[in-house]
Amino acid sequence: MDLLNAIVALSNFVIIPAMAYGSQLALGALGVTLIYGILRFSNFAHGDTMAFGAMVTVLVTWLFQSWGVSLGPLPTALLALPFGILGCMALVLTTDRVVYKFYRAQKAKPVIFVIVSLGVTFVLNGLVRFIIGPDDQRFLDGERFIISARTFREMTGLREGLAFKTTQGITILTAVIVVALLFWFLNRTRTGKSMRAYSDNEDLALLSGINPERVVMITWLIVAGLATIAGVLYGLDKSFKPFTYFQLLLPIFASAIVGGLGNPLGAIAGGFVIAFSEVTVTYAWKKVVTYVLPESMAPDTLVQLLSTDYKLAVSFVILLIVLLVKPTGLFSGKAV
Amino acid sequence: MSASVKNLILFATVFAMIPLIAQFQGWNAALFVLNMGLISAIMALGVNLQWGFAGLFNVGIMGFVALGGLAAVLVGMPVTPGAWQAGGFGIVASLFLGALTIGIAIFVAGRMAKGWTRSLVVFGILVVGFLVYRGLFDPSVEAVESIEPALTGYLGGLGLPVILAWPVGGLLAAGAAWIIGKTALGLRSDYLAIATLGIAEIVIAILKNEDWLSRGVKNVVGVPRPVPYEINLQNDPVFVERAAGFGVDAVTASTIYVKLLYCGLFAFVLVLLLWLAQQALNSPWGRMMRAIRDNEVAAEAMGKDVTARHLQVFILGSAICGIAGAMMTTLDGQLTPGTYQPLRFTFLVWVMVIVGGSGNNLGAVLGGMLIYLMWDQGETIGLQVMEWITSGMPDGSGVKAHLIESAAHMRLLTIGVLLLLVLRFSPRGLIPER
Repeated sequence: MDLLNAIVALSNFVIIPAMAYGSQLALGALGVTLIYGILRFSNFAHGDTMAFGAMVTVLVTWLFQSWGVSLGPLPTALLALPFGILGCMALVLTTDRVVYKFYRAQKAKPVIFVIVSLGVTFVLNGLVRFIIGPDDQRFLDGERFIISARTFREMTGLREGLAFKTTQGITILTAVIVVALLFWFLNRTRTGKSMRAYSDNEDLALLSGINPERVVMITWLIVAGLATIAGVLYGLDKSFKPFTYFQLLLPIFASAIVGGLGNPLGAIAGGFVIAFSEVTVTYAWKKVVTYVLPESMAPDTLVQLLSTDYKLAVSFVILLIVLLVKPTGLFSGKAV
Repeated sequence: MSASVKNLILFATVFAMIPLIAQFQGWNAALFVLNMGLISAIMALGVNLQWGFAGLFNVGIMGFVALGGLAAVLVGMPVTPGAWQAGGFGIVASLFLGALTIGIAIFVAGRMAKGWTRSLVVFGILVVGFLVYRGLFDPSVEAVESIEPALTGYLGGLGLPVILAWPVGGLLAAGAAWIIGKTALGLRSDYLAIATLGIAEIVIAILKNEDWLSRGVKNVVGVPRPVPYEINLQNDPVFVERAAGFGVDAVTASTIYVKLLYCGLFAFVLVLLLWLAQQALNSPWGRMMRAIRDNEVAAEAMGKDVTARHLQVFILGSAICGIAGAMMTTLDGQLTPGTYQPLRFTFLVWVMVIVGGSGNNLGAVLGGMLIYLMWDQGETIGLQVMEWITSGMPDGSGVKAHLIESAAHMRLLTIGVLLLLVLRFSPRGLIPER
């Protein structure tokens, strides 16, 4: 019985949150890795692109809520999501046309692109704060739990409760659908194949008649979709605050690099590696350990490896280790 | 118009803005802007060393600046009585043990053959080392933090003259830069950017959470000064008399006098570093650096150790940022970890270097002064502009209130747009590289 309680506690505090967080990171890292594969630079503006898409969604959600439109038990934000994606697509296409295209034509060095993307970060950051303000915004409605801790305890008679939030369920489900769609697109459609060809060998792709501007445009559209979905899911699960999206940049980059920059499969794996490490290292294991160990050996401290304030440090340390040991990442990305 | 005349005019324009600010906001505010401008110029000089000389992309300037600030506390503040006996030595010993564990793990990993045994042994060493470290560290920290938490609750500093903190800040920053550079240099340029972004966030997280070191978000206030205090000057009859001779009252005179002293100190450091950087730029070392920047493959073929040179210049540049950080904390008289924002301390410095002219030391100094001026004045001007725009709107309208409230965020937008415009239309900056 105690072992069962330990497993439930573990799922409740570690596995489910880490799955949800990992899905969000994976979606974010997919966007970074796609830009890296096709446009060949690390897009520092990705976090703020996510914030922008999420912001549009939040605004549309509020509009729907004021109209009284809702999805019943599901958050209204899901209904607003397509509008957020459209807004984000318009944004990234504009920045590409106004900013990045010039440097592409010049064949500028990647580091110039990175600096330019930093400028874009600045502008987006200012724009988002200007429109919605720097504070926390709530836009979650509908049913809060799929299973609440109390229902679970009553159902099973265990001492530990297992809470499964609606947002966590939606996050995991959406991530699975989006990833499946993305891989189907990249592997089965003509456009997707042309994108992969362009990423593998630009010159050869150009010779075989692939239109680079079209590939770039489609990449941006997909990235806008991924960024908005990731941003909205994160906002639903935690809360929407512009600055946290900038801070997400580090775990997202760490995920993309751990998996191998430029490799979509790696981005997903990386996202979960980072999320699980972050949650396990900063979780206070006292409860679980007390269930597993005999009573005499029960710990009197929290058994927490690192305080939650240092969760950023976890992604950073993993990043450093990967850079030292295997710079191409777990799934051998293209970059050294 | 020759280049030097143009430079002279540019610098004269920037310095002419100081009296202009004084006209509107008084000399006290104007001198504060000047002092911060000088510090910003030093930061820009450091970044220019990395980017302008060597083409290295450092997104973690904030972290190095904050380490400099920590140095000001560790060197300048008086020792907290009893803190070292209570747990200070324990903390140092545990940190040393932690480092030793990592060292042993790396040593063992290097000696043993690859395989499951090696992984297990290394993992075991790390676990045991971690347990010992935590066993010693936690109680020591608790002991230190329980000493009068409202006033101290930290180890304090060494009680040395705070000027010494400036080189020490440089050393701390150099140490952090060495760790980052050792891992990320030699790989793609993007990796250095991401690694530096990480170290900056972590330095700030440490400053905010390790109360025994920096009092965390409780802030360290009253960092000693290298210059006299205003109140002492006001009580000094000689000073009051002299101020009266100039026709100013003692309070105003004392604040201005103190700021002028700071200004002299900062200007001295700036000129010294600028001279050193110019010497470096024009030496064989500087030419080699630029050769590496412009074509790494060719430079490597000529027998230059590209990675080692990059590491060298990365450490030097970061050290300069650390010095500037220590100077800034000295000027503020307090260390407030909560105020370190990447947009202010990393990206603004980048804009300084790029607007001023990357690769040109004078350009970096000019950019540092100019952009800080704009940043400082942008706050008031932005609000005025926004009030002017909304003046036609009816009072009490939601849009008007929102626009005026959001005016502060316009600075970010403006700085971002400025960076993009300069990169696009004048990538060589105001004073281009020769």
